[in-house]
Amino acid sequence: MATPKPQELFASINHRPPKKDWMDVPVEIKPGRYCYAANPKSLEIVGFPHAREWNPLDDDWKLPENWKEIIIQGIKERLERFRSFKIFMDICVRCGACADKCHFFIGSGDPKNMPVLRAELLRSIYRGEFTRAGKILGRFAGARDLTPEVIKEWWYYFFQCTECRRCSVFCPYGIDTAEITIIGRELLNLLGLNIDWIATPVANCYRTGNHLGIQPHAFKDMIDFFCDDIEEITGIRPEPSFNKKGADILFITPSGDVFADPGTYTCMGYLMLFHYLKEEYGLEVTWSTYASEGGNFGFFTSHEMMKRLNAKMYMEAKRLGVKWILGGECGHMWRVIHQYMATMQHDTMGDLDFLEEPVSPITGTRFENARATKMVHIVEFTADLIKHGKLKLDKSRNDNLIMTFHDSCNPSRGMGLLEEPRYIIKNTCNHFYEMPENTIREQTFCCGGGAGLNAGENEELRMMGGLPRANAVKYVHEKYGVNMLGCICAIDRAVLPNLMDYWVPGVQVTGIHELVGNALLLPGEQERETNLRGEPLPGKEDM
Amino acid sequence: MKAIYSLFLVFALVLVALLGAGAGGMHYLFGVIIPYVAVVLFVAGFVMRVIRWGKSPVPFRIPTTCGQEFSLPWIKQNKIDNPSTTWGVILRMFFEIVLFRSLFRNTRVELHDGPKLAYASNKWLWLFALLFHYSFLTIFLRHMRLFTEPVPGFFQALESVDGMLQIGVPSLYLTDVVIVVAATYLFLRRVVIPQVRYVSLPADYFPLFLILGIVLSGIFMRYFVKTDIVSVKELTMGLVTFHPRIPEGVGTIFYIHVFLVSVLLIYFPFSKLMHMGGVFLSPTRNLANNNRMKIHVNPWNYPVKVHTYEAYEDEFREKMVEAGLPVEKPLEQQPENKE
Repeated sequence: MATPKPQELFASINHRPPKKDWMDVPVEIKPGRYCYAANPKSLEIVGFPHAREWNPLDDDWKLPENWKEIIIQGIKERLERFRSFKIFMDICVRCGACADKCHFFIGSGDPKNMPVLRAELLRSIYRGEFTRAGKILGRFAGARDLTPEVIKEWWYYFFQCTECRRCSVFCPYGIDTAEITIIGRELLNLLGLNIDWIATPVANCYRTGNHLGIQPHAFKDMIDFFCDDIEEITGIRPEPSFNKKGADILFITPSGDVFADPGTYTCMGYLMLFHYLKEEYGLEVTWSTYASEGGNFGFFTSHEMMKRLNAKMYMEAKRLGVKWILGGECGHMWRVIHQYMATMQHDTMGDLDFLEEPVSPITGTRFENARATKMVHIVEFTADLIKHGKLKLDKSRNDNLIMTFHDSCNPSRGMGLLEEPRYIIKNTCNHFYEMPENTIREQTFCCGGGAGLNAGENEELRMMGGLPRANAVKYVHEKYGVNMLGCICAIDRAVLPNLMDYWVPGVQVTGIHELVGNALLLPGEQERETNLRGEPLPGKEDM
Repeated sequence: MKAIYSLFLVFALVLVALLGAGAGGMHYLFGVIIPYVAVVLFVAGFVMRVIRWGKSPVPFRIPTTCGQEFSLPWIKQNKIDNPSTTWGVILRMFFEIVLFRSLFRNTRVELHDGPKLAYASNKWLWLFALLFHYSFLTIFLRHMRLFTEPVPGFFQALESVDGMLQIGVPSLYLTDVVIVVAATYLFLRRVVIPQVRYVSLPADYFPLFLILGIVLSGIFMRYFVKTDIVSVKELTMGLVTFHPRIPEGVGTIFYIHVFLVSVLLIYFPFSKLMHMGGVFLSPTRNLANNNRMKIHVNPWNYPVKVHTYEAYEDEFREKMVEAGLPVEKPLEQQPENKE
């Protein structure tokens, strides 16, 4: 099914819910809004249960015989494990403050995309199975029966949430739909109900070290290819090291940056920065082919799978004997690193004594905020370098860019990484304009494809979900002529170009280190004619 | 429909009290036994619910950060919306609980041709929620004059501030008016705003009607059907001193009021009203964003199966060597049983 035209799609948005009570509206799985079922082979590789061929459009989802028991037991275990889950099941007053904060609700008008209702899909079952009032009073107490229809509804709507946490900012009790969706997806996973755009990257990552299944030699080849490009543009060839024992720093970035434009230009930016730091200051940064994935799609299946994939980071840092770890520009990767990693790996890695407290050997800055988990975000690292005047930058090389900045969900609402990227943009570009305040920083809107939803088959859903973000870009595009959207997330770099083409043609997408790469004056470089994209530099257009 | 059911339920409760304490004359049941039972169930239920929550650990530190993190020394941290210390968390919780900070951010999305989205300021819910809760609190504290002898100065002062307009005799309490207006607003927005109506459950209407019933019966008792306040105080003092007795001259309206309050107390721990306790425990609000500074320990953390570097190298060693990537074991030492 073709995605409707932007005007048609916008005109079809209706925020008025139907007359019929939501419990009486059966789920309708609409093409364009769901992702294909997981390939059973991918589930088998990581040992997920009940792997099978099934089709969301079929009536029979071939649920395991004891599916109900599995779900009830699954909820029970999670209530015992997560205080967040228990409290969020109990205390919502349905004030509706979250309703129109969700990009999927704003763009689709589907009432079950209101965060409160998305949570009620699960809460109604919780009440029916786990609360006395629900057991006795049934529907009057907001309870309903657990049927295969409910499972289908969960699957449809928990894969229409990108776990962006915007609703949680507005909730008076901090109820976080991401928590509900995470648990909801875990439960579905127990029944073998996953989507392929998540399950296959998970399987790839487990085996080859990255979501895209790039094998070690190919990973090196791809990076070499970027070095060729950099050499062509600047006359300087970076010599990155791989799996090098005794390097100062291990660098891990999402594999998307190695694989697809425009992330690849960001990756070139990293390579140039590291080359610069090696030449000027002798800093040795190494890449790992084993831990070659910063992202963690395991996070979108279960807490356990997240831990299994994430384990590689510290294991590799320990094996290579580096001082600390530096992480690339990525969204959910950083939520995992910031809020989960050290906690998860504490059983095997302890207090991480094999690493040092991160100190920038160039500026002497002690990264206090990463002193225990020993992993620093590259925009923190680079902002510090710029602040101390350690990078020679020529901003004018980015003069063709009229920038705005998209705060990625996880770094803003799961970390608070707001000023560092802006500082880098302002020091590498002359033209920067903010989008309206309700759409940036902690109130930023998701790109529409986070949490594993950037598949091709759900394009309509992504265009709907991305509408609020795109519309804010449109505002600065029309007002200031903004033509470049900066971001610090690999999923953003994959999702936003398509979204911009759809809603705001004429705006391109860039990672922040692409800007750094363009502005950075490498020692001994030739006069550049083009930027990293091979486009003529400002003032060189006619040559 | 859900609203009407809930309204009838409250009417039915009034009727129970009317028949029981009024026509049936069961004053001791409605004036002593039910209130005692209600208070016991409230306290026990509340405590048990909080203990039940507390039993589940907080495996991960997951604050929702709403401002700049603690970072480089020259970057200004938002210490309240993104706290990195306990003091910051205390401030954040203070603003959340006392001033409904998050609700203050509320906006309303609007679709315009263009296509254009706009986010209009929408602070009504915040304002009326605040008015509702604070008048409720004031009324609750004002009632303490019925349970203390001598009445502490604070409660007396509160009463005189609340009645400072000195309209009518007995003088009108501001909070009586405010709570009726605020509760009515909270009800109306539930039926008028389509999205809120769509998500509302009977459990959302019922407590609103119940509280309105309590307030109206109280107002009725104070301003219209006058009840002998001296007798009422005798009764309430009897309750708190555990020498319960039923004095003469306490009207039926009082028993209705007390019965509805009792129902509210009993209902409270089993309902969404527990948001009062839950908000203190919400892990997205009550934790410091010091995640990378201090390792949070998950009590149920368990070992998982991982794909080790050794297994990875075993699979790709040949290709790695060929590509010039360093390996741990040279090619010839490769195990024989490799697939």
